[in-house]
Amino acid sequence: MRPIEYVAPTTVDEAVAALAEKGEAARPLAGGTDILVQMRGGRRAVDRIVDVKKIPDLNELSYDPQNGLRVGAAVPCHRIYEDDAIAEAYPGIMDAATLIGGIQIQGRASLGGNLCNAAPSGDSIPALIAHHAVAEVAGPGGRRDVPVEDFCTAPGRTVLGPGEFLVAIRMPTPPANFGASYLRFIPRNEMDIAVAGAGASVVMDGDTVTACRVALASVAPTPVLAGEAGAALVGREPTNEVLAQAAEAARAAAKPISDMRGTAEYRTHLVGVLTTRALRNAIQRAKEA
Amino acid sequence: MPSEKIHVRTTVNGEATDFLCEANQSLLEVLRDVLYMTGTKEGCNDGNCGACTVNLDGRIVDSCLVLGVEADGAAIETIEGVATPEGLHPIQQAFLENAALQCGVCTPGFIVASKALLEREPNPSEYRIRHWLAGNLCRCTGYDKIVRAVVDAAQQMGGKS
Repeated sequence: MRPIEYVAPTTVDEAVAALAEKGEAARPLAGGTDILVQMRGGRRAVDRIVDVKKIPDLNELSYDPQNGLRVGAAVPCHRIYEDDAIAEAYPGIMDAATLIGGIQIQGRASLGGNLCNAAPSGDSIPALIAHHAVAEVAGPGGRRDVPVEDFCTAPGRTVLGPGEFLVAIRMPTPPANFGASYLRFIPRNEMDIAVAGAGASVVMDGDTVTACRVALASVAPTPVLAGEAGAALVGREPTNEVLAQAAEAARAAAKPISDMRGTAEYRTHLVGVLTTRALRNAIQRAKEA
Repeated sequence: MPSEKIHVRTTVNGEATDFLCEANQSLLEVLRDVLYMTGTKEGCNDGNCGACTVNLDGRIVDSCLVLGVEADGAAIETIEGVATPEGLHPIQQAFLENAALQCGVCTPGFIVASKALLEREPNPSEYRIRHWLAGNLCRCTGYDKIVRAVVDAAQQMGGKS
């Protein structure tokens, strides 16, 4: 790895200044599980690392039914899934946090880092979208909120401008009779990059779906909200036929590439299957909630 | 580029340990090349194989994915801290008795990771052991002997860590 400068600000304003001064040559460091690999591989030219873990706000994890969930951008995955109240209220997030990397990675990697890394395969991103997550961004122009489905703009690219960085991710408290799920396909059981992934959330009124969101991973340049797949269920009973329509809409929303992990055709097929299964899971969880 | 070394204060295997490092040195490089503690191995150097697993403030991490400077103020446990003057740790003994290693490069990582598991969960199922160790790769044994060694160690330790 080439020489770098390491700075560890303790306030959001100091971090903004440290990032803004160096522009593209400065990068925030949270868990480091992506950025350090990219720097070592020469894929990111970084002169200044801004370690954001000493900013108290970035390490805060708070949940209460009144205000919902707020996850500081540097909070590692294990803190989320080891919190029983959060794991129960946010099942889609629980699914994603437990399958990103292995135990070693989950000890460092954060949802915030997963979002900012902006991989098409970022496992937490469809789950965040399913849970209506909003990204809290700080920058030279002050604070702004960005819905997670609008955050990633291309592989490895986000809406973050010069000097901007992610402070936290907020999610509303799920309503009654809510369920969510994230599923991915990989050729082994653990520690792999999604060939395709699907996140889903539903709100049920008896046997009828009253709200639904579906988001997809690894089938487009960014994780995507598949609006029509979710809309296919709203106001209806989730029969096999309705679920098949949602799967068809998910396949239509997919714009995958072929690479060593799978062909475009295979990914399109997979994302339909995963959408149906994630929806069934979410519906089951909503009924148990 | 600033090249002055950074002074980092840590505790390594219970002993106060200060070191000087460059900002771009990983904790793995610091352990091996600065502190000459070569028990921790470099495998893939990108967070896939777990050979460099150490315990950092009570959590196992890949030391190749932590900067040395990030360890300031942290308590680090490495493979060198597992055995005692009285002898091998029961997990080490179980690895020997179950022939759970061949070339041995992955072994320190497996032992540090297994120890962290048994300290949290003294009686894990085989499924749980396999899941916990998914971040550690072994290209020799085929894993069965490793899993058997951990099951054995849990029994030897009588459900106490």
